[in-house]
Amino acid sequence: MKAPEHMIPVPAIKEGTVIDHLPSRETLKVMKLLNPQEFEHPIAVALNLDSKKLGKKGVIKINNRNLTKEEVEKIAILAPNATVSLIKNYKVVEKNRVRVPKKIGGILCSNPNCITNKEPVETVFELVQESPLRIRCQFCERIMSRKDIAL
Amino acid sequence: MTFKGRDIISIRDFSKEDILKVLDVAQKLERRPQPTLMKGAVMGSLFFEPSTRTRLSFTSAMEKLGGEVLGFEDAAVTSVQKGETLWDTIKMVNNYVDVIVQRHPVEGAAKLAANAADVPVINAGDGANQHPTQTLLDLFTIQKEKGKLDGLNIGFVGDLKYGRTVHSLCMAMSHFRTKLFFVAPEALQMPEYYLADLQKKKIPYVVTADLNKVAPQLDILYMTRIQKERFPDPIEYNRLKDSFHINRQLLKITKKDVRILHPLPRVNEIATDLDDTPNAAYFRQAANGVPIRQALIALVTGRAA
Repeated sequence: MKAPEHMIPVPAIKEGTVIDHLPSRETLKVMKLLNPQEFEHPIAVALNLDSKKLGKKGVIKINNRNLTKEEVEKIAILAPNATVSLIKNYKVVEKNRVRVPKKIGGILCSNPNCITNKEPVETVFELVQESPLRIRCQFCERIMSRKDIAL
Repeated sequence: MTFKGRDIISIRDFSKEDILKVLDVAQKLERRPQPTLMKGAVMGSLFFEPSTRTRLSFTSAMEKLGGEVLGFEDAAVTSVQKGETLWDTIKMVNNYVDVIVQRHPVEGAAKLAANAADVPVINAGDGANQHPTQTLLDLFTIQKEKGKLDGLNIGFVGDLKYGRTVHSLCMAMSHFRTKLFFVAPEALQMPEYYLADLQKKKIPYVVTADLNKVAPQLDILYMTRIQKERFPDPIEYNRLKDSFHINRQLLKITKKDVRILHPLPRVNEIATDLDDTPNAAYFRQAANGVPIRQALIALVTGRAA
């Protein structure tokens, strides 16, 4: 599709991953989460694109790299409406909406008096409600909403 | 679900059947004491922070069943002082005992202990989080005082915002047909999350700051202490601290057989002139801790079923 004149075109990629339907204000946070400095392949980020659903959206295109399950889960917490597409030879071969998993790990509990912030132990959170997001720490039982989650 | 080998961490893990099972075993042990039921078994009593009432009641429970107790009542005397993790402490104690009872100032410590231990762990309080044996003894008290758990109007009075006993009892009561009354100044009212949960479960409730308005409807009045340290503003504390001070006068407007509960310790929220009325159930409530803890010890170790 030819991009309309007022839009900055985001180049298509041959192999890799496209993360679409990101809220603009979360896009750079998602970007940060992907540790772009750790990889040498090109990444394109676009913000404030017009979107019927979101008003303004962001897109991230990553060359030659697939996301890990953990990365996709974290994206789901930041941007529950995001889609992740797998690109092969310029074609979308797989497209999925991200889902917040029933059990979530790898994030910190917001309760400073939680044992997970005092002892070397992996956190586990249980999904209570998808929208608005509510997760419960399996240790201290604190309910966390999106704003409490530091990624 | 069978209790043998199970950890008692949170009232959240209890189904209605689980609750009734524990109350049933407690009642049987109270009616017919079993002085040799736990013979040959050892309970590890790990109190990383002091709690006289809970610790003595667990010790009494185990000893009345013929079991032994070892442990400590102050983290200062343990290797925690040398920097040992809770995980390692539990791994070690696990080898010496048949059941672990743990009190810890940090939230989630009970769950961590349960993950580390092979023997069952009973949470005797983890910070501001859970204290499931308190909730079960509260339920046992209500059942004994009123002869039932269904069809009761229960009023919670005082600090409902931070009071974990209130949150847990409220969660447990939602398994039964009940109407709940939350009586507190706005600054100390029930957290929104718990109210949303009650709505989901279709449990009717009333939120008010006026005890006199709802007192005539109550079957159970659950008082709590208003804790000074919760208030950011001392003026606000002084304004509110005596807002729920009850005395014998209250009985003029309540049902004749209302029962007053309190997790204790009380400060001045219940006047001592209520103590010798049949309505004052708080000391009987404290005594109910022993049979409830006996039941839990016996159930998780498989000595009762």
